[in-house]
Amino acid sequence: MTLDETKTGMTVRIDSLGESALKQRLMTMGLIPGTRVEILNSAPMGDPIALRLRSYNLAMRKADAASIQVTEI
Amino acid sequence: MSTLSVALTGNPNTGKSTIFNELTGARQKIGNWPGVTVDKKVGIIEHNGRKISVVDLPGTYSINARSQEEQVVSDYFKTNKPDIVVNIIDASNIARNLFLTVQLMENGIPLILNLNMMDEAQRHGIKIDMKKLEDAFGMPVTNTVGRSNKSVRKLLDVFTNAVMTNYKPSELINEHIERVHNIERSGLSPEKIDEEIIAARYDLIDKIMSQAVTVSAAGKTLTDKLDSFLANGVSSLVIMVVAFYLMFQISFNWIGQPLADIVGEFFDETLVPWAAEAMANAGVADWMRSLVSDGIIAGVGAVVNFVPLIFTLFIILSFLDGTGYMARVAFIMDPIMRRAGLSGKSIMPLMMGFGCAVPAIMANRALDTHKDRMISIFVTPFITCNAKVPIIALFAAMFFPDNVANVVFAMYFVGIVTAIVMAKVLSSTMFKEQQSTFLLELPPYRLPDPKTVLLEAWDKGKGYLIKAGTIIFAMSVLIWFLSSFNSDGMTEDMNESYLASIGSATCVIFAPQGFDTWQAGAAAVTGILAKEAVVSTMGILYGVDDELSTEDEDVAESAETMMATGMGAAFTPLTALAFMVFSLLYSPCMTALGTVKKEAQGLKWMAFVFLYTTAVAWVISLVVYQVGKLLGFE
Repeated sequence: MTLDETKTGMTVRIDSLGESALKQRLMTMGLIPGTRVEILNSAPMGDPIALRLRSYNLAMRKADAASIQVTEI
Repeated sequence: MSTLSVALTGNPNTGKSTIFNELTGARQKIGNWPGVTVDKKVGIIEHNGRKISVVDLPGTYSINARSQEEQVVSDYFKTNKPDIVVNIIDASNIARNLFLTVQLMENGIPLILNLNMMDEAQRHGIKIDMKKLEDAFGMPVTNTVGRSNKSVRKLLDVFTNAVMTNYKPSELINEHIERVHNIERSGLSPEKIDEEIIAARYDLIDKIMSQAVTVSAAGKTLTDKLDSFLANGVSSLVIMVVAFYLMFQISFNWIGQPLADIVGEFFDETLVPWAAEAMANAGVADWMRSLVSDGIIAGVGAVVNFVPLIFTLFIILSFLDGTGYMARVAFIMDPIMRRAGLSGKSIMPLMMGFGCAVPAIMANRALDTHKDRMISIFVTPFITCNAKVPIIALFAAMFFPDNVANVVFAMYFVGIVTAIVMAKVLSSTMFKEQQSTFLLELPPYRLPDPKTVLLEAWDKGKGYLIKAGTIIFAMSVLIWFLSSFNSDGMTEDMNESYLASIGSATCVIFAPQGFDTWQAGAAAVTGILAKEAVVSTMGILYGVDDELSTEDEDVAESAETMMATGMGAAFTPLTALAFMVFSLLYSPCMTALGTVKKEAQGLKWMAFVFLYTTAVAWVISLVVYQVGKLLGFE
């Protein structure tokens, strides 16, 4: 599944980032294949979403999360 | 001995500014990095008989030169060889913070790793063995406790003790650098090379973490608990509205206004009579006395009046930002802002816009993409800034005495709605092709350092004070001159003055709005110099001798005074409403226009903002007047 399809409370592992203009910024922020990501909460109407990875919290829009392939763990 | 040069670098939200403020105290100079609109902060201090210059580099996640901040840091290290670079790390977020560290090490930069907020890290179940971290990197590791002066002073000892010579990169680091070189020579595409290197860096970080850091599962942190209602679901919006309501109450009614009254009183009751008397005693010429009392003191006083309101607002916003709450506001508002063609991150600039558009336009630097930044810059001027408030206050009291509060509210509302509608229009026309993204760190909630909050508020608000001292000063002289002279010299009759000629030439464009008097035209022109001038110009042009006060308790009185002049007859309630709408929305003041030119990087954008805001104002005020007339109002 992709990161935008996850639900609050899930923990996932990143499989691949896909192609997007944001790719290198996302990687710099620590989102690289193999990283464990916890889905924390979401803004009103469900988008953007807040994630926890590498002991910090990061918010991103679902549109930007749609290219990221993940597996639930 | 030569001056020791120290540079502070680190991610955003690491408490770097607080450490810089603690190190340098008030002895800091704020300038600009060449070619970009990023603040450059430098402080010179002395410790153990050694002069130390400390430069605070902008907070960045990397030095990949993708943003202006990253460009500054990357350029700095290309052209400067500081003796020591202190990499400030938020210990509770060490893994991601070390990314910048590794990147700096690859470039052979002499680093001290300073772990900040170790106490918070421990609460989060993160234990860092500093000795092992030193060995893993082969560089000195120190620690500071956010706001403790003592721990920050200890850093100075480290600087002067020439510790750097005792360290050299570890085997692990050398291996990593070798690996990076191999990737660079691999012949892959540039993007692929960058990605491989980023992955290699996190690979190294994972290795170092496993040697020196233990992360145990801590239960829910305070931040998690707070976020479950401050940044989650619809209830978070309700809390935000209450928080902002309180913020405006405090800034405009509870603290800011009483302080403004004190300042205003000082000007009216002490400074003006004193200056008048002093000049009378000194036998100063009449025209000079009129210039100083009516022109300069009245003009500058009108601006200084707003200083307490603006600083209170900016202190609260800087405080909220320091706690981490503004990041949540950006997060929860993004769904709404996005639909309006803006980004959630525009909230901070728009909020500042209620104070003054100049720092508000500058605050758009924090936005992610060119599109978001430009649109946000272009709509910020529609927000009703402090300087426009007297226009609404006076006109509402004059022409809608029974509905003052409703009219004032409606005017604020018109500004906000226009900003939103225009953002939508701009994003779906001029900027249609460009992408908007939103990537935002949500830092842990923290109690911000008061000194840092005050310095930040000062940084945002000082432009306003400078404006009072320079532009308003010059403008007061100019308006006084234009209203007192014509081509034949000084004139007693203002109807013959230069200002009357300018006003008559301008006011023809207001014929369809029904307020085409030369006074209204002149006020609109002087309003471009500064919005504060609209009311004072009206006062001068309708022959009111005293300065018009629009503070709560005096505004009714001022309104009565003005009604008795020609102004009462010049406007009907409907044309007054149209004039208010026009004044709120048309071209931002000169200072704000200058800021647009700098921040949007182009004279053409400044011209664009001037023309399109004025066009929007003209059309909306026309609609107000014509629709009002059709509905039978006058």
